[in-house]
Amino acid sequence: MKCRALRTLTFFVALSAIAFAQDLASFEKRITVKKLANGLTVVICERPEAPVFSFFTHIDAGSVQDPLGETGMAHMFEHMAFKGTDKIGTTNYAAEKAALQKVEQTYAAYIMERDKPVDRDEQKLKELEKAWQDAVAEAQKYVKPNEFPRILESNGAEGINAFTSEDETAYHYSLPENRLELWAYLESERFIHPVMREFYKERNVVIEERRMRTDSNPIGRLLEQFVTAAFQAHPYHRPTIGWMSDLNSFSATDAQKFFDTYYIPSNMVVAIAGDVKAAEAMPIIEKYFGRIPSHEKPDERTTIEPPQNSERRVVLREATQPLYLEGYHRPDYRSKDDAVYDAIADLMSNGRTSRLYRALVRDKKIAADSAGFTGLPGNKYPHLFAFYAFPMPGHKPEEVAEAIHAEIERLKTQDISDDELKMIKTRAKANLIRGLANNEGLAFQLALYQARFDDWRELFRSVDRIDKVTKADIRRVATQIFVPANRTVGIIETAPPAAQGQNGGEQ
Amino acid sequence: MKRAPIILLIFLLICGIAQFAATQTAEWQQIKVLPLPAFHPQEPKRIELPNGMVVFLQEDHELPLIDGIARIRGGARSEPANKVGLAAIHSEVWRTGGTKAQTGDQLDDYLEIRAAKVESGSSADSTTLAWSSLKSDFYDVFKVFTELLREPEFREEKIDLAQKEAFDAISRRNDEIGDIAVRESTKLAYGAQNPYARIPEYATVAAVTRQDLIEWHHTYVHPNNIILGVSGDFDSAQMEAKLRQAFATWPKGAAFKQPEIEFHPAKPGYYLIPKEDVNQSSVRMVALGTTRRNPDYYAIEVFNEAFGGGFSSRLFRNLRTAQGLAYSVGGGIGTAFDHPGILRLSIGTKSQSTVQSIQAMYQQVDDLAKQPITQAEIQHAKDSILNSFVFNFDTPEKVLRERMAYEFYGYPPDFLEKYRAGIEKVQTADVARIAPKYLHKDQLAVLVVGNTSEFDKPLTSLGPVNKVDITIPPPPGAEGKPTAQQ
Repeated sequence: MKCRALRTLTFFVALSAIAFAQDLASFEKRITVKKLANGLTVVICERPEAPVFSFFTHIDAGSVQDPLGETGMAHMFEHMAFKGTDKIGTTNYAAEKAALQKVEQTYAAYIMERDKPVDRDEQKLKELEKAWQDAVAEAQKYVKPNEFPRILESNGAEGINAFTSEDETAYHYSLPENRLELWAYLESERFIHPVMREFYKERNVVIEERRMRTDSNPIGRLLEQFVTAAFQAHPYHRPTIGWMSDLNSFSATDAQKFFDTYYIPSNMVVAIAGDVKAAEAMPIIEKYFGRIPSHEKPDERTTIEPPQNSERRVVLREATQPLYLEGYHRPDYRSKDDAVYDAIADLMSNGRTSRLYRALVRDKKIAADSAGFTGLPGNKYPHLFAFYAFPMPGHKPEEVAEAIHAEIERLKTQDISDDELKMIKTRAKANLIRGLANNEGLAFQLALYQARFDDWRELFRSVDRIDKVTKADIRRVATQIFVPANRTVGIIETAPPAAQGQNGGEQ
Repeated sequence: MKRAPIILLIFLLICGIAQFAATQTAEWQQIKVLPLPAFHPQEPKRIELPNGMVVFLQEDHELPLIDGIARIRGGARSEPANKVGLAAIHSEVWRTGGTKAQTGDQLDDYLEIRAAKVESGSSADSTTLAWSSLKSDFYDVFKVFTELLREPEFREEKIDLAQKEAFDAISRRNDEIGDIAVRESTKLAYGAQNPYARIPEYATVAAVTRQDLIEWHHTYVHPNNIILGVSGDFDSAQMEAKLRQAFATWPKGAAFKQPEIEFHPAKPGYYLIPKEDVNQSSVRMVALGTTRRNPDYYAIEVFNEAFGGGFSSRLFRNLRTAQGLAYSVGGGIGTAFDHPGILRLSIGTKSQSTVQSIQAMYQQVDDLAKQPITQAEIQHAKDSILNSFVFNFDTPEKVLRERMAYEFYGYPPDFLEKYRAGIEKVQTADVARIAPKYLHKDQLAVLVVGNTSEFDKPLTSLGPVNKVDITIPPPPGAEGKPTAQQ
């Protein structure tokens, strides 16, 4: 089912064609960019098709920035950004603030006792936990639950959501165009005066999210183990959702500190697309977002992943059907070969003409789905180019691995055909344009490219770069990257029922 | 700079936030919100061809693209019970099996080099054939579309592949608790053999032959069974002439016969599916819902929004925000156009709070009687629906899709406008009637998929428990082989 879903997805992303006429020049006329005095960048794209607009607030901090012992913090803060401000979500902020300080004091005392390696006093621990819980109950008295999203909902917000990845955090929704100023107020306010109310309950919600996405899902379990094995030094080693013990440990004070460090205007791009006029909207946006106080960029040093020099394997024996996954280290998104990787992904994976579909699904009938893709687990830092296949019943992961490797060898030893190269280039244009035909997609892409390259035009130039990819480039990159020593393998093997108890990882 | 496929993002990269009045004037309330300017979305042009095909033309000149979709009456609910999966295999091989003139593989090459698509699909009540093309390639792509409509070849090798893929999906269907919970709770709500609930098995998929596909096509794919929607950068008069010419020689077929499907109330009680490799339980409480023709529909919509809809709903507020029991929680009284939807309340909670969560959900149902949905909750629900109403028609394609759906199910063309008016009229008393009429705790079938050894209390502490066996029946002739263990 997964495989079907995946193929359907690939199809719909590509269900499209090209709009050669709609090029960079036409977007130049509709897009206005301004860097505010505090360092925040605003991108406005006028698209007056209907009286609505969408936005993305892109924060250049993700789980890679999680402090030591606080994995999951970037994502935790994302949840907290829906909890309101000092004016929204409270009946009496002064009293609530004092009550929240008490929560932090009692929590710190509780944690200190709880985590004592020796001589933990169980009686005292119970008392401390009760003191903390009493403080939580006291603070709760001042809360107007979910008032922030409530205001959005009653104003007609559509698709209220946010996501955190290794590389960034983003917040997004759509509104009718008459709510632009209200949006500018609300969206800026939550990044000026966030309040860490109901933190420990929300932490439980996040823990349930971890159980759902990772612990209780075989593919989730494999991916966590796989990425952890592939990266040993770089923070990509750590899961975005966070390790359970960190989730059960970090505090609202830690979350506030994360916010103070990373949610600074120079780390923020706000892109909006829709029925807005830049001349009218920009002053409003500047009025509200210009209030976000600026300070120094945090130290952005991260450990560089040393070259991998031998294959690594993660094998999960599970009571589920098999899956094969392998990944190869590649450079980050600024690599001059970035477009070559995109071309390889397209060639190997896109549609029924793709090489992996034709070899593994159509001809050999050993996989229900197979593809290669780049960007695992992120792409801002050196990451993985990965291949996967879902073996058909009666076929083993080793069999699909061999077939994938045969296709990789073909990439290295033979030029791709003229038609294949043409398909890649045509589809690159098609996919770009289809992604721009709606406000949400537009706002997301503009925010992302502006944040990553400091210039939204790179979105269009990325297609030009794919247009310049040659057959020799593909052979060169494949030969250089897809080698066994640079490989991490992740496998789910179907365990016989007797062995199901020991579904741990093996590395 | 491409991103990983969504399926992997879901598991690894992206951790989303959601699945699914002051005494004095607050600062945010001082911001002026002017009325939204009047917006009249462009309606598609409806044409009925002499052979009965209904066509909608929706011009949209933003991009030089022309897309179209034919929706054809007849879907999985019309399959014979011993060939469940037939409609899905038909729609897969419809495209991969190619036309009389070209194999499916040749079509793949022909279309991909134009970055165009022609794809088929199926659902419970219909199948679809759709294309997407550059304006300049429209004639090339439309030709493929019409040939597939009228002269599909259903080549054997692609039937074999489609069956193998279906077998693979069957073998994987018990791998995730979420999938299990949705599928099995649907069976509980409708009855396991109801055409909206039954699922393909190795035997029913294996029973499908090429002749079945040909007969299926012959039975359903007739112009008078088709609603065709075309959108994009074209001139309606020219497009109309093109379509009239393309379909002029296609004769009418037999009139479509609506399948008669019986719906019975769900059997209340507790149902358990043990799954050892998880630490979260997936709980679904289900009963039969209703249709959108029900006069209560608008009040139900408002009730659903207030009870189990967004961030402000009772279920989200109380079970997630206040009690921290779940990441994923929600529910409501399901409605569908032409058959009863499913009333479904869902929660995913750690194994150790499984029974507690069921009781907490019951509490929310009980509270509806003790603390009925308030005027303020109703106002908020109506505001949410009405202020976001514009998103129902903010693109020409959405307007087209709505109109096609109304045509398909025999709803009035202005149903969306009726919906808005219906929501506006909903009063407190209307919503108050909903829970007592449709949501009864003792009529719910409660399904739990989870790791029983970790439960806070045995499920039997709530009442007698029926264990649901989800063992996958092995393929015919393969009994005893452990190919399909859960």
